[in-house]
Amino acid sequence: MDQTLNAGEQRVQIHLSVRAASPGSRAAGKASGETPSTSRDGWREVLAKATCEVFEIMLGTSLGNATEESSHVVADLTAMVGIAGSLCGVVGLRTSSESARRMAAKMLGSDEAGVGENVQDAFGEMCNMIAGSFKAKIAGMADGCALSVPTVISGRDYALYSLANGERFELLFAFEGHSFSVTLELHS
Amino acid sequence: MKPARVLIVDDSSVMRKIVGRSLRQAGLEMEQVLEASNGSEALTIAREHPLDLILSDINMPLMDGLEFVRQLRSIEAAQHIPVIMVTTEAGEAHVVRALSSGASGYIRKPFTPEQIKERVIPLLRG
Repeated sequence: MDQTLNAGEQRVQIHLSVRAASPGSRAAGKASGETPSTSRDGWREVLAKATCEVFEIMLGTSLGNATEESSHVVADLTAMVGIAGSLCGVVGLRTSSESARRMAAKMLGSDEAGVGENVQDAFGEMCNMIAGSFKAKIAGMADGCALSVPTVISGRDYALYSLANGERFELLFAFEGHSFSVTLELHS
Repeated sequence: MKPARVLIVDDSSVMRKIVGRSLRQAGLEMEQVLEASNGSEALTIAREHPLDLILSDINMPLMDGLEFVRQLRSIEAAQHIPVIMVTTEAGEAHVVRALSSGASGYIRKPFTPEQIKERVIPLLRG
């Protein structure tokens, strides 16, 4: 179930924290005794690979190379998925609503007018799959961590205070002439 | 192979549509496609409708996919329905938990129609 927050009218402050939840909830706890690799060399490339994989398989789109600058992303739709367990953090996906509508249309194989209310659902699921694909590629994370329910925020005027105050990776991609960014913020 | 009666369980309506489309692309002829947004709804449907195949997400509100399969297997008429878990959780421990809960197979998101075909068709023929 996606959780959608509208931030159009008023400035909204959002505090995010990620922790292991009880069994049966969407974010389960540590699932094995494995420990994620302490070296995070190459994680940026793994995140890029996970993003490209999701776009290739689910949208039939090949993305170009990622860059590290995000200043050109005009994002009014933000999706976030928490990672909890032996490593905690947040995976974020940000783009314009126009770009998100195009992504949803590609994903559903319909025209943009036909996607309607599905844009936020599709955008949240894409973020969910990027997070899942990323953690599947990192030693120890596939079983040692679980993913939270996707959260989708509409609007630009919000401030995000993430408790994931460790390392941060950000990648910028282009999709049909629109920019979007993928971020990974980790707990220290 | 006769047209299948299929139940797709996912809290995302988009993913339900995509799974349904992938089944059609995989060449599966379907007599009926039913949808549920969580395990609890899926159990109700499984009690009321004869089914040939179930594809279920794991991470869902109210009742997750693992609990759904566990409870489904206690329904006599549903004990032999193939259930394939379709989920972003791809770790070996997750797969083992799903299979020990009663699932028949496992597909990781993102998936291709070919992967759906590889997992689904043998189960329906079996």
